[in-house]
Amino acid sequence: MNVALLIIAFFLILSIWLGLRARKGKEMSMEQWSVGGRGFGGLLVFFLLAGEMFTTYTFMGASGSTYSAGMPTAIYAFNAFYFVLAYWLLPPIWKYAKENNVISQSDFYEKKYKSPAFGVLVAVISVISIIPYLIMQLKGLGIIVSEASYGMISPNVAICIAVLSITIYVTASGVHSSAWTAVIKDIIILSVMIFMGIYFPLHYYGGFEPMFQAIDAAKPGFLLFPEQGLSISWFISATIMTALAFYMFPHMLTGVFTSKSAKALRWNAAIMPIYQVIIVFSLLVGFSAVLQIPNLKDTDLALFTLAKMSFDPWFVGVIGAAGALAALVPSSLVLTSTATILSKNVYKVWKPTTTDQQLARISRMLVPVISLVTLYFTFNGGKSILNLYLMSYGFMAQMFPALFFSLWKKNPATVQGAATGLIVSIIIIAYLIISGATIGSLFPSLPQVIKDLDVGLFVVIINFVITLGVSAVTRKPVVTAVKNSDVSTDRPSA
Amino acid sequence: MKKMVYVLSVIPALGSLVIFNRVEPYILGLPFVLFWSILWLFLTSIFLLILNALDPANKGGEE
Repeated sequence: MNVALLIIAFFLILSIWLGLRARKGKEMSMEQWSVGGRGFGGLLVFFLLAGEMFTTYTFMGASGSTYSAGMPTAIYAFNAFYFVLAYWLLPPIWKYAKENNVISQSDFYEKKYKSPAFGVLVAVISVISIIPYLIMQLKGLGIIVSEASYGMISPNVAICIAVLSITIYVTASGVHSSAWTAVIKDIIILSVMIFMGIYFPLHYYGGFEPMFQAIDAAKPGFLLFPEQGLSISWFISATIMTALAFYMFPHMLTGVFTSKSAKALRWNAAIMPIYQVIIVFSLLVGFSAVLQIPNLKDTDLALFTLAKMSFDPWFVGVIGAAGALAALVPSSLVLTSTATILSKNVYKVWKPTTTDQQLARISRMLVPVISLVTLYFTFNGGKSILNLYLMSYGFMAQMFPALFFSLWKKNPATVQGAATGLIVSIIIIAYLIISGATIGSLFPSLPQVIKDLDVGLFVVIINFVITLGVSAVTRKPVVTAVKNSDVSTDRPSA
Repeated sequence: MKKMVYVLSVIPALGSLVIFNRVEPYILGLPFVLFWSILWLFLTSIFLLILNALDPANKGGEE
């Protein structure tokens, strides 16, 4: 037992304790379990949504990709653009959810389009996208804990312990557990990241400017966007694509639904850009590693390699604990929202007579099942999981057109249109990722600016066109379209 | 005219997507391209906080 491990264990036990305690004094009804009874105040919602922002990616991905690819991926790692979108998008989504008792992302689509079948479609695509995301978080956690424990705990053992802990407190407290662990997680990540982001450049280079000058001299072009590849047009299109996908993820909307008011969400969107500065510190760690530990094989280990070279084990333990928490919080939200979707938008469509009480029990019983399936794929998934993970943002961005149109006063999209647009674009994305095609490889004669565009954004545009086109053909005369009853679960799915 | 405040959200949406692709001058020790993008994190929050304070949608009671 070394001191690093003790510190990680302490924080793990603390988060289990907080997670279990979070349910105190609450009747765990379906709404309580899934979306905290829509009673979370501004600050709790803030930490919950920030929990999605600072994941294992903040630790390893952001610093690692900065280390390997330089400025373009560094600047792509943080962006204020998402939150301008959030300012407009989230309040109307929240409002509709509150008025119509929406408790999951798929629920939203089902009710807006008055079609349980569409809800099932959205649910299936979302679960396919979100499980690989969960797996990547767990794999990240495994590496973090094994690194921070100086190899005393293998990644697989760490993953099993983490999954067991999350399963216990999510089953007990649902989204309440995520909220409370999110608070301590952010406090510790904040302190650790800011410290390292300042310490490394000062210690190894004598300051920020000397560090960047040294990098610029050693690797010309590393601090700039290149003419092609990760160019400026790539950055703009990829940022917009990611922003569209960002809030479509089921666990993101779960966070949104917990809010007590739309006001809190606007305030949240306004304050979140400044909070992103934490990611900048992670990038500074990545930049510090460039000249200190050149030729690193696994670039995701840039942060840990540098940390172990520089700090005592106890502090490496603190970093490890922060990294582990960074995985636990989004993972617990993913579990809650996946269980909700599967019970509410798949099981209940199949068995419409299910009462709310039964539904709450089924959701909670599903948590260990989902955990086991996830564990299986974590250890046996291989390349297909990585492919699915690469597709997940592209998939979720395709949810945007249907949601966007549904927020209009008069929705221009029919359910047939939205479903066709979604299905066709998902197939295109899957094909593109599997074949490794880019816009450049498909249309080699186009100008470079267009070739570098993110392919996902391109498909979103196709999706918009198909959705509107099919909707124009399938649109029923206005009167009949409205009278399709507002409780969508009273007929079985197609 | 009340809707004019919404312009406050257009500015950061555009600003945060603009890239100034140059290393010099260094500001606060950061290459200009990085400094510019970080600056927009702060500016976006400031714009959105002002918008949030003026937003007519926030006036209507609970919503």
